[in-house]
Amino acid sequence: MRDRTLWTWHVGAGMVILVLLGLHMAIMHLDATLGIFGTEGAEPVEWESVVARAQSLFFTVTYVLLLGAALYHGIYGLRNILFELNPGAGLRKAINVGLALVGVALFAFGTWAALAAPGAATMGGG
Amino acid sequence: MQTRGHPNRLGIRGWVAGGRWGFERYLYTLHRLTGLGLLAYFAMHIFVTSARALGPESWDRAMDVVSGPLFAVGEYLVFAAFAFHAVNGVRLALIELGYAVGRPIEPVYPYATSVGRQRRLARAVVMIAAVIALWGGLDFFVLT
Repeated sequence: MRDRTLWTWHVGAGMVILVLLGLHMAIMHLDATLGIFGTEGAEPVEWESVVARAQSLFFTVTYVLLLGAALYHGIYGLRNILFELNPGAGLRKAINVGLALVGVALFAFGTWAALAAPGAATMGGG
Repeated sequence: MQTRGHPNRLGIRGWVAGGRWGFERYLYTLHRLTGLGLLAYFAMHIFVTSARALGPESWDRAMDVVSGPLFAVGEYLVFAAFAFHAVNGVRLALIELGYAVGRPIEPVYPYATSVGRQRRLARAVVMIAAVIALWGGLDFFVLT
């Protein structure tokens, strides 16, 4: 695909990440001051809270969306850095294929982990 | 990428030592470093949190592995890197879309450059990122 297209997706993914990762960070790490989506008394990383989020369709959908957007954004960013160092044509091809494979594999694995969680809001779970 | 006419002779060294650069150039370096750090953390994060798929015991074991003061500090560094990368990313997107660089004007003395317009935005980025990082620090280490 043309680099201009890939770059536009990179910027777009960045905007998605800004919203979803901002929310993720606020929930997980600004819990003492904000307390959003907090379960009563449990820390955001405790199993009880993890299950409560997994049961919500919103979190299940946005986890997968954030996973895909962040993987694309991060891997395309890494590709940019590597390509800027002027690799030869063969190496460029290897970087393209290697990074794409790593990205797809991590996306598949992460999606499985998000959907297979006990009680996850999916057709198979629930 | 094959650059026509101007090969990237400095390579990675150019991230820090390329000459008399403006403030934004160091934000660029920091944006890359935080980006690489966040990507490395993210890959690990996918594996660690995938423990949720195998149930509560597996989850608790994974959370035990990544607990302790060393991981708390490391996690905070990730938070601070996120704060900078996110706010600076907004600046980059704004400039990419043509905002905050000023209108094109006649080149009449005393010359105004878009760098002068952008500098305010760059300063604001550092300040906002610092406030978010401090807020995070408060939540991480003081209010726990």
